[in-house]
Amino acid sequence: MIYKLHVWRQQNADSQGEFEQHEIDVNDDTSFLEMLDALNEQLIEADKEAIAFDFDCREGICGSCNLVINGTPHGKHQATTTCQQYMRDYADEQELWIEPWRATAFPIIKDLIVDRTSFEKIIQAGGYIEIRTGSAGEANTIPIEKQVADAAFDSATCIGCGACVAACPNASATLFVAAKVTHLSTLPQGRMDKKRAEKLLTAMDEQGFGGCSNYRECERVCPKEISVSTITTMNKLLYQGRD
Amino acid sequence: MTDFQLDSHTPKGNLENRWTQHKFDLKIVSPANRKKYNIIVVGTGLAGAAAAASLGEMGYNVKTFCFQDSPRRAHSIAAQGGINAAKNYQNDGDSTWRLFYDTIKGGDYRARESNVFRLAELSTSIIDQAVAQGVPFAREYSGYLANRSFGGAQVSRTFYARGQTGQQLLLGAYQAMSKQIDDGTITHHSRSEMQDLILIDGKAKGIVSRDLVTGKLESHMADVVVLCTGGYGNVFYLSTNAKGCNASAVWRAHKQGALFANPCFTQIHPTCIPQAGKLQSKLTLMSESLRNDGRIWAPKNKADCDKKPEEISEEDRDYFLERMYPAFGNLVPRDIASRAVKLICDEGRGVGHDIDGKKLGVYLDFAKAIEIHGLDAISEKYGNLFDMYRHIAAEDPYTTPMRIYPAVHYTMGGLWVDYNLMTSIDGLFAGGEANFSDHGANRLGASALMQGLADGYFVLPSTVSNYLAHQKPLDITRNYPEAEQALQACKDKIQQLMNAPDPQKTPDEFHRQLGQIIWNACGMAREKSVLEQSIAEIKTLRDQFWQQVKITGSDETLNQTLERAGRIADFFELAELMCIDALTREESCGCHAREEHITDDGEAQRHDDDFSYVAAWQYSGNLSVPVLYKEELHFEFVRPTTRNYR
Repeated sequence: MIYKLHVWRQQNADSQGEFEQHEIDVNDDTSFLEMLDALNEQLIEADKEAIAFDFDCREGICGSCNLVINGTPHGKHQATTTCQQYMRDYADEQELWIEPWRATAFPIIKDLIVDRTSFEKIIQAGGYIEIRTGSAGEANTIPIEKQVADAAFDSATCIGCGACVAACPNASATLFVAAKVTHLSTLPQGRMDKKRAEKLLTAMDEQGFGGCSNYRECERVCPKEISVSTITTMNKLLYQGRD
Repeated sequence: MTDFQLDSHTPKGNLENRWTQHKFDLKIVSPANRKKYNIIVVGTGLAGAAAAASLGEMGYNVKTFCFQDSPRRAHSIAAQGGINAAKNYQNDGDSTWRLFYDTIKGGDYRARESNVFRLAELSTSIIDQAVAQGVPFAREYSGYLANRSFGGAQVSRTFYARGQTGQQLLLGAYQAMSKQIDDGTITHHSRSEMQDLILIDGKAKGIVSRDLVTGKLESHMADVVVLCTGGYGNVFYLSTNAKGCNASAVWRAHKQGALFANPCFTQIHPTCIPQAGKLQSKLTLMSESLRNDGRIWAPKNKADCDKKPEEISEEDRDYFLERMYPAFGNLVPRDIASRAVKLICDEGRGVGHDIDGKKLGVYLDFAKAIEIHGLDAISEKYGNLFDMYRHIAAEDPYTTPMRIYPAVHYTMGGLWVDYNLMTSIDGLFAGGEANFSDHGANRLGASALMQGLADGYFVLPSTVSNYLAHQKPLDITRNYPEAEQALQACKDKIQQLMNAPDPQKTPDEFHRQLGQIIWNACGMAREKSVLEQSIAEIKTLRDQFWQQVKITGSDETLNQTLERAGRIADFFELAELMCIDALTREESCGCHAREEHITDDGEAQRHDDDFSYVAAWQYSGNLSVPVLYKEELHFEFVRPTTRNYR
């Protein structure tokens, strides 16, 4: 398959970016990122600078990779990350537009790489359960209903990639925040901190993310299928936590 | 390099009391004095994040570094199956002693008894800690924690969070670390890579780091340096490791004097998705837990290899693990399963894609399990793994068997450490996969998470404190000539990479070639003549690399090509040491299968009289002539026997 690519190139945060055109011939079983690897090797051989993009585990769990492909964060194949997109998913397209996440809170570092430190700040504001190493009691002392544990797990699978922000017209991180709050605050161990939702949402605002106005685009692009029902859960906790 | 005595500082006496007694013998730093000390932790996966969080909580000043954009992305996150702990919740006869015994035996008697016992002892506290942090482990309908079985054990002691146990445990450690960042006890540097170690009077007192965004080199001083930088499986190019995993931190420490132990002990995981094509950049693991319910088979007849699996009748299928190892069946340890799969494929009974004229794959079949337990039960247990397989292989494992083939997954070898996890460099510690300490010649499934967290939460905080209690705090605001020199050496090395005399080939092209050589020489089977020839090939290719590596772009900005080239340069050196180690160990043990030392029925032949030691290698200034130090292993509590899983 031969593809015409339009890849976003930008030297650094302050410079003007633009789409650069390339052509590449790859077979169906190549993953999307392996296609970019191949393009980069061609660029280096032609004395040009390789395209910078984030990736690491390439098995859909680390949350590093983050491309907008033809307008959709993480591409066409739903419920998965960019690294798990295969060229066979794009067999009926000839042109591919490849862009970075775009949000004020995710400034571009170079080409397709953005800075997601703002997510770190949100977690640091209270996205944890305080427990000093060594002070935990015997694990089976507190039984947890299976459905509660399963629900906590479902929200805990968030990989912090930021696709929810990239898809949101408001560039809001509400789904990311709600996933963490739901994960921690629905478990008995995490119920102590009644202000978690408030702290995380305040941090979200401070980092320059927008607010939620129920577009639900976040849910559609989430590679881990985190449900917007976590936002409902968070809102409930938020009001319960009010003095 | 000076000559020295290798001392493991292993405590004496009753095995059960060693760690408790040792902890009492260790010195501690009073809470008021802790903030006077600076600690550097490089690598923030399970071991690094857990150590940093715990040391931060204690009140030390901790500086952490990772090359990823966040600690939450460390490759610990990809561990799927679970974490072992001797809780005996199943009342099936588990105990600290049994976990200790299974781990020593699983490692084919090439690990230290004291270390392994401590690991088994700490395993239960890890589960307590993780549950308290909010790690959503699987639960039974009763509300109590669930367990599953794993390879190499006959009890059910593995705790899990669906197929994402590593992710959940890492998030726990990462969140604990995030709290400390907010509290100001940890200063974290993401997108930052260690370039070298700074020694002052032979003691580790800092590192040189490179900011991967600006390209800026910086020195950071401290009273102690802890490396938790993971394993070196990516030396093989294709492995299940994340693309960024590398050996540079440990290798550069090695070249500064830290001994490297058992470099040839690399684990090949039996259940990975086979390679599909030439552009393939990594291999994906399918959790070993799948072997609980999946049955591994290959066609009995070569003629059936091209047929669809559904078309091959039951009597024409060879469930070879069940046939060869009736007692453990599909749950034999990883090294044994991997070699059996290789054997079948070498016989020409492999299935799937043709790679260089060979079909490298066998079936992992869930039809029977679905028939017995139902689709829902299987989906509940393995849903995400099946989805992952479907994405990658474009086949539905609910209706057609998965294809699997072994791939490099974990490295048991690593920096040599004593019982305190201190390397042979004073003040340099190593935790997690970066050290060699607990898994001997083969690691059992669900033991990597256990070891990383035991080191991070429970061992390093005690032993690092003890080390600091013997040190006067270093004035880190001063300029040190040693730091200047180290910084300059790093600059020079980068310039050398950027300006190869005859730039022709991309770093990846060299890496693929190196991977091919080392996979053939130091993979599932090793042989004297092949190893010798490969050492020569590695050297030639390494020289070529420094002459011809082509890096475009600048070193003063984000440059992933340069990052990769720096890591590959180190892999080239490590690869030679791996082959030298494999050549020197004239026996088979665990993962290390020397063709010359295999019994007629294909079992590894250990030679305990000559090789019951840890091979700790010292850099001599000449990569090809490292100095071997032997740490003899003494078994006081278990008697090394031939592993038998039949």
